[in-house]
Amino acid sequence: MEYEAVIGLEVHAQVHTRSKMFCACPVMEDTGDLPPNAYVCPVCTAMPGTLPVINRRAVELTLMTALALNCEVPPVSFFARKSYFYPDLPKGYQISQHGLPLGMNGYLDIQTEAGPRRVRINNVHLEEDTGKLYHVGNVTLVDFNRAGVPLIEIVTEPDMRSAEEVREYAERLREILVYLGVNSGDMEKGVMRFEASVSVRPKGSDVLNPRHEIKNLNSFRALYRAVAYEIAHQIEVLQNGGRVLQQTMGWDEGRGVTYVQRRKEYAEDYRYFPEPDLPPLEIGREWLAELRERLPELPAARRARFVREYGLSVSEADLLVADRAVADYYEMAVRAGTVNPKTVANWITVDLFRVMRESGKGIRELPVSPQALADLIGLVEAGTINMNTGREVLDEMVVTGKSARQIVEEKGLAQISDEAALRAIVERVLEEHPAQVAQYLAGKEQVAGWLMGQVMRATGGKANPQVVRTLLGEALSSRKREAGSR
Amino acid sequence: MHLYELTIHEARALLNAGEISAVELTQAVIDRILAVDNAVRAYITLTPEAALEQARAADTAFRQGQALPLLGIPLAIKDILCTAGIPTTCGSRILENFVPPYDATAVARLKAAGAVILGKTNTDEFAMGSSTENSAFFPTHNPWDLERVPGGSSGGSAAAVAAGECLGALGTDTGGSVRQPAAFCGIVGLKPTYGRVSRYGLIAFASSLDQVGVLTRDVTDAAMLMNVIAGHDPKDSTSLDAPVPDYTTALTGDIRGMRIGVPREYFIPGMQPEVEAAVRAALQRLADLGAEIVEVSLPHTDYALPVYYLIAPAEASANLARYDGVRYGLRMVGNSLEDTYQQTRGQGFGPEVKRRIMLGTYALSAGYYDAYYLKAQKVRTLIKGDFDRAFEQVDVVVAPTSPTTAFRIGEKTEDPIQMYLSDVFTLSLNLAGICGINVPCGFDAQGLPIGMQIMGPALGEMTVLRVAYAYEQATDWHTRRPPI
Repeated sequence: MEYEAVIGLEVHAQVHTRSKMFCACPVMEDTGDLPPNAYVCPVCTAMPGTLPVINRRAVELTLMTALALNCEVPPVSFFARKSYFYPDLPKGYQISQHGLPLGMNGYLDIQTEAGPRRVRINNVHLEEDTGKLYHVGNVTLVDFNRAGVPLIEIVTEPDMRSAEEVREYAERLREILVYLGVNSGDMEKGVMRFEASVSVRPKGSDVLNPRHEIKNLNSFRALYRAVAYEIAHQIEVLQNGGRVLQQTMGWDEGRGVTYVQRRKEYAEDYRYFPEPDLPPLEIGREWLAELRERLPELPAARRARFVREYGLSVSEADLLVADRAVADYYEMAVRAGTVNPKTVANWITVDLFRVMRESGKGIRELPVSPQALADLIGLVEAGTINMNTGREVLDEMVVTGKSARQIVEEKGLAQISDEAALRAIVERVLEEHPAQVAQYLAGKEQVAGWLMGQVMRATGGKANPQVVRTLLGEALSSRKREAGSR
Repeated sequence: MHLYELTIHEARALLNAGEISAVELTQAVIDRILAVDNAVRAYITLTPEAALEQARAADTAFRQGQALPLLGIPLAIKDILCTAGIPTTCGSRILENFVPPYDATAVARLKAAGAVILGKTNTDEFAMGSSTENSAFFPTHNPWDLERVPGGSSGGSAAAVAAGECLGALGTDTGGSVRQPAAFCGIVGLKPTYGRVSRYGLIAFASSLDQVGVLTRDVTDAAMLMNVIAGHDPKDSTSLDAPVPDYTTALTGDIRGMRIGVPREYFIPGMQPEVEAAVRAALQRLADLGAEIVEVSLPHTDYALPVYYLIAPAEASANLARYDGVRYGLRMVGNSLEDTYQQTRGQGFGPEVKRRIMLGTYALSAGYYDAYYLKAQKVRTLIKGDFDRAFEQVDVVVAPTSPTTAFRIGEKTEDPIQMYLSDVFTLSLNLAGICGINVPCGFDAQGLPIGMQIMGPALGEMTVLRVAYAYEQATDWHTRRPPI
């Protein structure tokens, strides 16, 4: 029998507002070396008598996420208390949303091998993060720096059918969150966490079988592998006549397997009820319209526009759009010069990406402005310097922050295009290497490349290679004719 | 007359005139505490050195011509309101050694107004009770009869005000915890509209019902304290952003033409006949002063008690989850995380608190939520509707504050339902989120005070103060002092 997987995903995304969800403590990115319990106050450690105050910016970012995911936004939304005991949860309840969250009934369209697929979004809601536990020997320590950091939770319907689709959805979602400025998208700092529900069924059936919920997946790789493992594992169980029980699973990254955390029959009762410390959140239609107005062009739309407007290939557009800063940089560079947008794309995706990789810097941290890059490309296009020199100049620009023109002038890198001068050099090189010329005349045509190199070397790399190629071709042809007439 | 017997406005006049000093006044009250508190047991924590220090600062400020509204006035704070650097126990073992690093907003405002803080008064544990017998430490005794309870849960504050152990006090009122002890102790107790006074730093019992209130010897003092503590607080999202009037301007003595509603549901079989008689006589007095007495109906009154005992415990069950031994308060280390929770909470909470946590947890559980919590919220809306309709016809509603006068210590501790019934006339007001004041309106045959409750609409504090003051000026119940 052929099976298909039915997969839903919950994504927790930290919201990088300046202050926490319900107090004035700063939101710090987890760099791994923050002093513990340094960014806490009576509110986020749940001292008696303290009260939460809603962070308006976090609500705005959540609403923008809801709008970007085509959700309905109710006129009134509520916070609710989700009760459970755990040492990383200071109040003994988490302020979350339950019923009338900030976004409902949305969708995100993704591309799959089988064509486009619409993943429906059940809801987008806002809650607070917990603290973090550290198990040291036989004691457990708790750090509340993260407690109260705003978290957006995005819950899909079970609309995905393969691990590839889940990864595609998660990557597209990450892109959107980064575009909206919700967070940095830096997975290593735990700004996004996944929880996948996986079940399988005979292909073509529309039953929903008991599912496994895989918790705490913190990277795309873990998400992909865990889902792929679960699908294969569940199919195997069914094929052997077994049954899949509703369970909560963990993911063992080292062994590449899931394992049972607890059976669902002991499911926790969170005793949700509306948070009495916070009045209902009224979402005025004017406010919502203003937020819609402020939505940036989203990755999918931008990708399509890059293909249409700049004549890029889909894969080029993908490379540029994946990071909003890169796409913005690209468009500024295109507008700054008169060069072909495709050439600009090439320079960014090949050369600037290489520089970014080598320096470990983001595009905005480089001392090369879009204008400066456009100027450099202009010099190459005009034939003032050749491509290889251009790359060297770029490296120099990254180090010194100087303009391309300044570097070319200071180092005398402008290329020689004067035909008379170059013809003389070509003749001299051919004189100096009679053996190679003879080889060429004997039919070993690849020697032309070597001779070309010698000419370039003789000009210190400054010769315009196209002119040299033409002149060299002419000189060799005339020698060939001479040899033939002899 | 002793200095400790002064009202706040009397003391203020003498302080302003330079006839007494804040140190003299504070010392007199401290001496009074030392003389009677062994019998009354109103205070959990006393801070006499700090109080005298504040009094000295107040005297310096007087010499410099400063005119803060409560400069040099010695007050007491219910031990459920956080006080920076001073233990705040909530009447519970679980917070016995808890010292908050911050002041409740209401406390901070009293301090900023120049008040002298004498200490922290006894309360039923987490304000859950009607007699102060649920304090984990000791019961407080009624100054009118030491064998009897002072009411609760703000029984420590009420007893301290009645016994001259402070000039006024802050309490909190979730279901009657300011008004009922004020009635039992023969003093004034005002429960403001929900949201009128910030709840920041008030250790939560039931968040949608809790409100800071004042306990004083007369109505003028209540208005003066309200002038200081009322107002919007950005730290409490449920606090009301409405302008704060000068409440003392309501004290005109003139209630001619005002319409006073008498709810037929508040005169029930089984209530103490003397209480009914005293309140009926008080209503006649109000009529004599020119008010029109109108019978009104609050038809959902019978549901107030069950609704309250679903909503308040439900909220409490979540509010008290933070006492887990991890960050502060009592910690009993067990064999496992689960065991540590059970030991800490098992030993830290008293029986009434545990009872309400269980009630609330049950009411919120999957499968019961709709039938209990959600249904209770719907009925709460009906109760609020009763008052909305009543206030379309009348300016205030007047009723007894409690069906009986102060009962004997131990009399109701075995039967929680009997204890809960002591608040049957005060709960509705919290459910509706409106305001009310207790004023003394007589004594029973045993010489125990009887209280009358004047209820007003949301933000109707000016109206209830106006009626209360007119009544007070026409009677002398408020001038009587307990025999202690």
